[in-house]
This record gives sequence, structure tokens and C-alpha cells, in this order.
Amino acid sequence: MTKDRLRIGFIPLVDAAALIVAVDKGFADQEGLSIDLVREVSWSNVRDKLNIGLFDAAHLLAPVAIASSLGVGHIKVPLVTPFMLGLNGNAITVSPRLYAALARAADGDLGDPCTSAKALARVVAEQRRRRVEPLVFGMTFPFSTHNYQLRFWMAAGGVDPDEDVRLVVLPPPYMVESLASAQVDGFCVGAPWNSVAVDLGVGHILHFGCDVLARAPEKALAVRAAWVADHDDQLRRLLRALDRAAAVVNDPAHLDEVSALLAAPERVGVVPELLRATLEGRLRVTPNGSAREAKNYMLIGRDDAARPQPIHAAWLYAQMVRWGQTTPSAELLAAAKASFRPELYDAALGARKKPARLPEDGVGAFTGEAFDPDNIFGRAALSALKRHHH
Amino acid sequence: MVANPNWRQQKATTQPAPGRSASVSSHMDPALKIVIVDENPLRAAILADGLAEAGYIHVIRIEETASLLSRIYSLDPDVILIDLENPSRDVLAQMFQVSRAVKRPVAMFVDQSDTAAIEAAVDAGVSAYIVDGLKKERVKSILDLCVSRFNAFARLQEELDRTRTELTERKVIERAKGILMKVKNISEADAYELLRKTAMNENKKLGDVAQSVVTAAGLLK
Repeated sequence: MTKDRLRIGFIPLVDAAALIVAVDKGFADQEGLSIDLVREVSWSNVRDKLNIGLFDAAHLLAPVAIASSLGVGHIKVPLVTPFMLGLNGNAITVSPRLYAALARAADGDLGDPCTSAKALARVVAEQRRRRVEPLVFGMTFPFSTHNYQLRFWMAAGGVDPDEDVRLVVLPPPYMVESLASAQVDGFCVGAPWNSVAVDLGVGHILHFGCDVLARAPEKALAVRAAWVADHDDQLRRLLRALDRAAAVVNDPAHLDEVSALLAAPERVGVVPELLRATLEGRLRVTPNGSAREAKNYMLIGRDDAARPQPIHAAWLYAQMVRWGQTTPSAELLAAAKASFRPELYDAALGARKKPARLPEDGVGAFTGEAFDPDNIFGRAALSALKRHHH
Repeated sequence: MVANPNWRQQKATTQPAPGRSASVSSHMDPALKIVIVDENPLRAAILADGLAEAGYIHVIRIEETASLLSRIYSLDPDVILIDLENPSRDVLAQMFQVSRAVKRPVAMFVDQSDTAAIEAAVDAGVSAYIVDGLKKERVKSILDLCVSRFNAFARLQEELDRTRTELTERKVIERAKGILMKVKNISEADAYELLRKTAMNENKKLGDVAQSVVTAAGLLK
């Protein structure tokens, strides 16, 4: 039987695990798919190559898939998300110096994001009084959960991310170096880079992404809407291979094997121990060795994580509006929601029983009212107003 | 995104170098300030030369990508060209954002109708950004030149790699011949013939057979 060839782009991050395992353990092959996994160096490249058809599918920041569908920040190419490769997995890491300053300014446990955000506001105010340059935070892309998580957290403490600090885009492999050389004071990035910073003694993990949002829509498997129309069978087989791979990623008996596969230089290319710890959600958070474990640190496939949820798309669009990346529009909101396609997931994998006790608003933020996809403009307008009163 | 009106006035006062503009096409604008971001010095040089030949007089190369954004802001270019192997391409994505930190908004040098242009650029391995509001016709020739120079560089690189492989192969064949001549006490022509025949019979490349002779001789030393 001749196999259907697919070219799929990815960025070397732990949440490409389902994709890597599906290919390297032969699950794709068994579905009659011959997949070329192409490692890329930037999200811009992944997006462009998917958009013009050099890739059939891609491991993509979920907000980039939405921005592309809406034509925000770049040319408009409708993309759809039939499968989420990962929820969560990010962390906010700060320099030892900023960590110490936050600890001095905090009235309570820094592990609580409400406390840390207020502490940040005090540090920012103190720096301004002393006329010190504003703090700089790195994130991976303007349309990224990293950007939105940082902003959500800061804003909760009364820090205006556009006025009070500087947010800069840094490619993940440069994050650690930039923290070490004090070009940034902190960053929000995915695995394994936070752990790399801690292991080198240049960073403290302040929060896991799941402290800020219980379930953040992180990485999509994105395909062109036009491609789906005439490749429905290939897509179903691809999703089945990914689903099997996700199950292996979550099986403790396969942890060593999965870590070894991901560690290959042409895949993620970091030491297997670090990958293992990331997959287990057991990360060293301070350079002197104390570790922290969080079951939801990164969700690949389990707890209904792979099934795309339109409410997640709505939340991401709401962040774009909140931070001035696009305009509030009922039409754009509807288009964003429609680009997340649970029915394609169900068609390939069957309807599944939902786990009990997931956040009702999809994201489960640490503070504020529950996210209401039917009332995002009111909130966005309020936030904008608040920024001008600053 | 709104272009800063002050910037337009500043640009109008910049004059092209005398004598150069007469020889170039009507669509090119020698006054445009072009920044090339490429960590490959050879490719950057090839591109810079091409742009200089075409009459562009403000061409600046950035090879080091640390604090890229602030360097770009201080140079204040009209056009930015970046290679796709550069992870810092995502840093440039920040310039699309409406933000107080950004002096001049920037757009990708494509619009909805330009699929062919973006395909050609991505294929060649380059991407271009221009200041928003700049007429696309004014920079079309820059992108075309960029794509053709990047393609030329790729061909050059390919040729270089091939020559290098051929050279290594020739050296290995020479060594294998020497070993056979010594061990079997045969002439150079016979040694070569033996290698060639073996390669043919075993359906292998001459270089591979020669390499196994060299490896075997090393083991038997």
C-alpha cells in the first residue's frame, strides 16, 4: 500500500511530544501516513510554510492559528484546529535578583499569583520612584499564551504591561542567555527552558502557567481550512495516530522511552532527565534545589486536553482585543470560535466521556470573574478604560 | 496601523546620491534605507553587493542578533530583510504590534494578493518587512533582487558542498590506490581498475569502496 505523505512543521518544545511519538513510534505509519517532521526555528516560519502549503499541518501556538484565520497581524489564511497538542506547560521565571525584590515586597506567600502580582506592582512603583529603567520581561510571540499569561498576571496586580514594564519577544533558545546577561528580568516560556534557567542558577520559577490559568489553550495542531475539505480521511488517520501517541506520553511505563525519543538532537534535543521531569510535572523551581510538583503542569491528551474547545478560541480572541491587537467584533469572535473544530476530533476519535470537575469557563483563571464568551467586549472595554486612568 | 506623519516628512528631505539614480529603473528608490539581518556573512555580503549594484546606497548589515529590536529602532530602516534560518524572525513580529514602544509600524512585504511573492521569498529562504504606508511598488525590486540573490547563494553553497565532497573522495581514492599497490604489488592503473571493478560488481560508489579499503587497512595495521 502506498502511504500518504505529510509534511508537518514543529518547534523543538516538549509539547510537540504527541507529534514526535506518533511518527517515531510508527503510529502514523500504521495509519498509512508517511510523515516528514520538519524542525523549524521560528513561529513565523511555521505559520508561513503552513499558510502557503509547504506544510500540510503544524505544531502551532494556538493564538497564531486564530490570528491567521482572522487576518490579524499578518495575511489572512483560514486555519482550523482539530486537535490540541498541549494545554499549559509554560512557567514564569524571574532572575534571582527580581525574586529577592518580590520576596521583600510581598505580604504573604509568593507562590500565590495574587500576592506576587501585587508585589510586582510595589517593585515597579519603587523602581519608578528611584528612576530606574523599567523591568523587562521576555515572551515568545505577540500572539502567544505566554504573552497573555504574563499580561493577565501583571494586570491582576495593577501593573500595566504596556506602560509599567517592557515586554519583548525572544526566541525560546535565547531566553536563558538573556536572563543570565540581565537583558531581561524575567520571562514566560514553555518547557524545557524554565528548567534550563533554574539548573544554570540564573532563574527562579515563580509560577507555573497552570497557577495563572488552570487550562490554557497552548499548542494547536493546525491545518488549512481548505486542506481539511479534501483530506478528511488523512486527517482522521492523523488524529488517531496522535491520540495513540498522547496515550503513550501519559503512560508512566513509557516515560523513559518517550523522554529518549524527544531527547534526539533532531527532535527537542535536550537531556532526557529534563524531559522526564517536565512530562511528570515535577520541576526544580529554585537553583538551590527545591522541587515542586503539579499534576496539571502540562496536559498532553489527558483530561480531555486534546479536544479543541471553542470557548478557548473565544478566550484567546478576547486577549487580542483586551491588549489592542485587534478590534472587538462579533464577526471576528464567531470566526475565532469556528476555527476550533471539536466535531473533527469527534469524527476521528468518537465522542468521549468528559472528565468531571473541569473549570466551567474553560480556562479557570486564578482571579477575576469567570470568563464569559458572550460578554467579552464589556470586559475588554473596561480594561482599556483602566489603562487610560493609570 | 497608522504611519507616523513626521517620519514621512523626514524621508522627503533625504536625497538620492547624485549620478546613480539615472541608471536605475523607475520603480527603484535609492534613498530607501535597507537593513539586512543575516548571521551568514557570505550570504549577507552577496545580497549587500547586489543592492549596491542596483543603486541602493543605504544598506546596513546586522550580523549579531542580540538586542536586535533596539538596533533596528535606532537605525530606523524602511525595509528589513531577514533570512528564515534566523530564530530572531519572531522578534520582528513584535514590530507589527501597535505599541508605545514602537516608533514606526512595520508590515510584512506582502498583502492578500501577493501569494506568489511570499511563496518565492519563503522558497528562497528570506522574508521582508517594510514600513507600513510605503508603496509596495517602491520595494518590489528589492524583494525580487533579494530572492534571486538568496537563490544564487543556495546554488553556490550546493556547488561548494559538492566540490568539497568530490575533493575528499578523490583523496580517499588516492590513499586506497596506494594501499592496494603496496599490498598487492600492482601498478597504479591496475589498483584503480581493481577499485572500479569491485565498485561495479558490488553496485557501490567508487568512493565508498575506496573508503572501505582505507578503513580495513587501518584495522589491519
